[in-house]
Amino acid sequence: MSTQSAPDPKIPVPRGPLPILPQSRPARMVEITIDGKPVSVPQGSTLLDAARSIGIDTPTLCFLESLTPVNVCRICVVEVEGMRALVPACSRQAEPGMVVKTDSERVQLSRRLVLELLASSVDVSTAPQLQEYMRRYSARPERFGEPATPAAEGERDAAQPGHHQPPETGAATVAQPVKIDNKLYVRDYGKCILCYKCVEACGVDAQNTFAIAVAGRGFEVRISTEYNTPLTNSACVYCGNCIGVCPTGALMFRSEYEMRQSGTWDESKQTHTDTICPYCGVGCTLTVHVQDEKIVKVTSPLDQEITEGHLCIKGRFGWEWVNQKK
Amino acid sequence: MDLHFTEAAPAAEEVAAVDRVVSVAANGLKRTYLLPVLHAIQDRVGWISPGALNYASRILEVPPAEAFGVADFYALLSTHPQPPAVAHVCDDIACKIKGADQLCSELEKAHGPEGSSPDGKLTWRRSPCLGTCERAPAALVLVAGERHTEQALASANSEEITATLQGRQISQPALSASVPQMGQPGLTLLRRVGQINPESLDEYRAADGFLALRRAFEMGPAAVVREMTESKLVGRGGAAFPCGQKWQSILSAASPRYLVCNADESEPGTFKDRVLMEGDPYALIESMIIAAFATGCEQGYLYIRGECPLARRRLEHAIRDCRAQSLLGTNILGAGVCFDIELRAGAGAYICGEETALLNSIEGKRGEPRNKPPFPTQVGLFGKPTIIQNVETLLNVLPIIMQGGKAFAAIGTERSTGTKLFCLSGHVAKPGVYEVPFGATLRELLDLAGGISGSGKLQAILVGGAAGSFLGPTDLDTQMTFEGTRAAGTALGSAVVMPFDDTVDLREILLCIASFFRDESCGQCVPCRVGTVRQEEILWRLAAGRPLASRATELVMLKEVGQAMRDASICGLGQTASSAIESALSRFPLFRDREIQAEPGGVER
Repeated sequence: MSTQSAPDPKIPVPRGPLPILPQSRPARMVEITIDGKPVSVPQGSTLLDAARSIGIDTPTLCFLESLTPVNVCRICVVEVEGMRALVPACSRQAEPGMVVKTDSERVQLSRRLVLELLASSVDVSTAPQLQEYMRRYSARPERFGEPATPAAEGERDAAQPGHHQPPETGAATVAQPVKIDNKLYVRDYGKCILCYKCVEACGVDAQNTFAIAVAGRGFEVRISTEYNTPLTNSACVYCGNCIGVCPTGALMFRSEYEMRQSGTWDESKQTHTDTICPYCGVGCTLTVHVQDEKIVKVTSPLDQEITEGHLCIKGRFGWEWVNQKK
Repeated sequence: MDLHFTEAAPAAEEVAAVDRVVSVAANGLKRTYLLPVLHAIQDRVGWISPGALNYASRILEVPPAEAFGVADFYALLSTHPQPPAVAHVCDDIACKIKGADQLCSELEKAHGPEGSSPDGKLTWRRSPCLGTCERAPAALVLVAGERHTEQALASANSEEITATLQGRQISQPALSASVPQMGQPGLTLLRRVGQINPESLDEYRAADGFLALRRAFEMGPAAVVREMTESKLVGRGGAAFPCGQKWQSILSAASPRYLVCNADESEPGTFKDRVLMEGDPYALIESMIIAAFATGCEQGYLYIRGECPLARRRLEHAIRDCRAQSLLGTNILGAGVCFDIELRAGAGAYICGEETALLNSIEGKRGEPRNKPPFPTQVGLFGKPTIIQNVETLLNVLPIIMQGGKAFAAIGTERSTGTKLFCLSGHVAKPGVYEVPFGATLRELLDLAGGISGSGKLQAILVGGAAGSFLGPTDLDTQMTFEGTRAAGTALGSAVVMPFDDTVDLREILLCIASFFRDESCGQCVPCRVGTVRQEEILWRLAAGRPLASRATELVMLKEVGQAMRDASICGLGQTASSAIESALSRFPLFRDREIQAEPGGVER
């Protein structure tokens, strides 16, 4: 079902009943304490699961239910009694007797700093969730100074690992020109927080295409094809699953990017309608974003049982003909 | 795997270089040969071309984007065309105070700015610590080609660097220049260093070589582990984990299990493992066989830093020798024990000294640390239970077997047992590796090394390397044990002791450390990737006397960034990246004497 602010579709899309799976043996329960409250969770649960089970809203950026946790953003860190450092809630499993604090001063400081470090180095203007977290933790990225000069085209792609120029007066950023090399989507790596989600979706977690990977080292780390070769010359199959998981708008439909550039993108005027993809027999749910009676983007809900939000090129991009119809 | 390749084709010599490595890569784990293959390409043509990467990816069945991500991770590999001859010139802490900047400006005069190459044949670059601090300044000269050469120069001067770049061999000082105690009675770990030919198995045997191995085979695995536990030996790589406990914990794990020797010594100021490997390579092989025998590992990996060509050659030679003499292989000493060692070379990444990053590097992935738990003894190399030990730790196995764990535990202090190697460099009269029973104080170590050189007046001592902390002249009675350094608010780390005389500008040293961590962060997690950048920026502004709002607010930001890195980073690199800087700021009145210049809002509070 659409969970966004758009009006409900007039005709709800029927979803078939879930197949009945053989009953697995009930998991053993693990007792832990979170913020003073006793919590009981099935063995194998993460601290994030445990916190969510009692209604604690733990911020996450690189975590997504449908992908393997990479625990790199570190915004979900919590304090576990007896541990020297904080631990990532998204991947740390609950162990019997753990005493967890999710809102201690140390936790708050680390979360605020993660946000400040990100927002002082990355354009987060199309990352609403991250902005919400920044308000929650009173993040002030501007205190690190004015942004330094953006990189010229190709400059960050040519960085040598282990070498950097002495700092300028401003705060270093990943700002750089947008990569536009195909008709379907753009890559605006000035907005990339390096959550690794696109790489995972392109790899074994969804698409098994491996067109992109993490390259470089340190602050010069970037998502890249081999030798920064254009997508049109890469292994990319344009499934757009990288766009589907990108939390910051760094990967964006070209249609959305161009409307934003021309100032015509207006989410308040958009409706979201769920339908079933007409192309093949898999039956993926499509959420069709419509503005001014034109499809401007297609997404798929994460909680969709069949493909967990992942689509193929046809479902994701194959709707241009609808707009061209009289 | 359905892989897609660009049209870039390899040159004949690139194909030959890849094929030479892959011909030995018969065990089905293809991706693990990615780094050796990339090394082979780099050594042959001087960079990793798109055609060569395509070919390597195809042969090893690695997606080219991922192979590129690996190649682009290491400082000694280049994904851009560059001249075949490259001098990597260390300008890290120990070399900086011994004239590295002067050396760099001479090279700039001779060959143009760093990275440039007017004739396209040779170039030079600055490098992080090359681990030859006792003979600073240091350089590593790599010349690609059909007969590629690797030479570590220390002390380096610009004429010799140029000559080496042009293909000349320059003979280097003997090991006695690195081990001032050489030949003295009472040494344990350094006993054979410089006393035997490190390329002669016979000489090693004549100097008690493989006695410990025979005894271990007689004792049986359980007894070896028991002696290790009784010795109370803790790891010498920096984390000080009890060795017996580690070995014990893997005994119930499933097979296969792996043994990995962490010889990726790269903490600035550290060179003890390199000296051990250069001077007594067979001893490391023997220690690894005993460790593998005790813990039931049939395959070992020795991951050595890419910047140590001499140690690598000696180990390669020692491994070949041992195989030929049935000391490695399927029936060691006729006792039916099966174990072999594969040597792997790093390619310029400090982070690969972190044990899980090292495992990823062996597996042919980017050297990014893994989240722990699970620990390597549970899920290690190729997902299998793995014992990882540092070189010095492993070498302690020999005296433990020969003397017995109890006798070993009687040496040193209650909680720091055995002898310890210390790396003294910087302003000491006789820099080098020193071996002392645990318990010596900082003062005693400095005296052993002939006292403070330079101006003769001690200003500060860096203990434990860039990830360590600074002590001052009032801390000289600190006992250099695990517990003693902890009580003094520092840590033994990799046993770096680097004093600075009073002419050194500590602010420059701090900038050097900040720059090091910014370069060496793997970039995986936010606190470290961006935190090391902000830390360096703040220090630059403070050093220039141009704080953003005020010095006080800069110091608050520095502290907060440091705390977030310490608390929220994935691995030890980020967790210690602010340690030395914070310790210096708390001990010394740095950044307080600069006039604050007219900067909008730049009012000194």
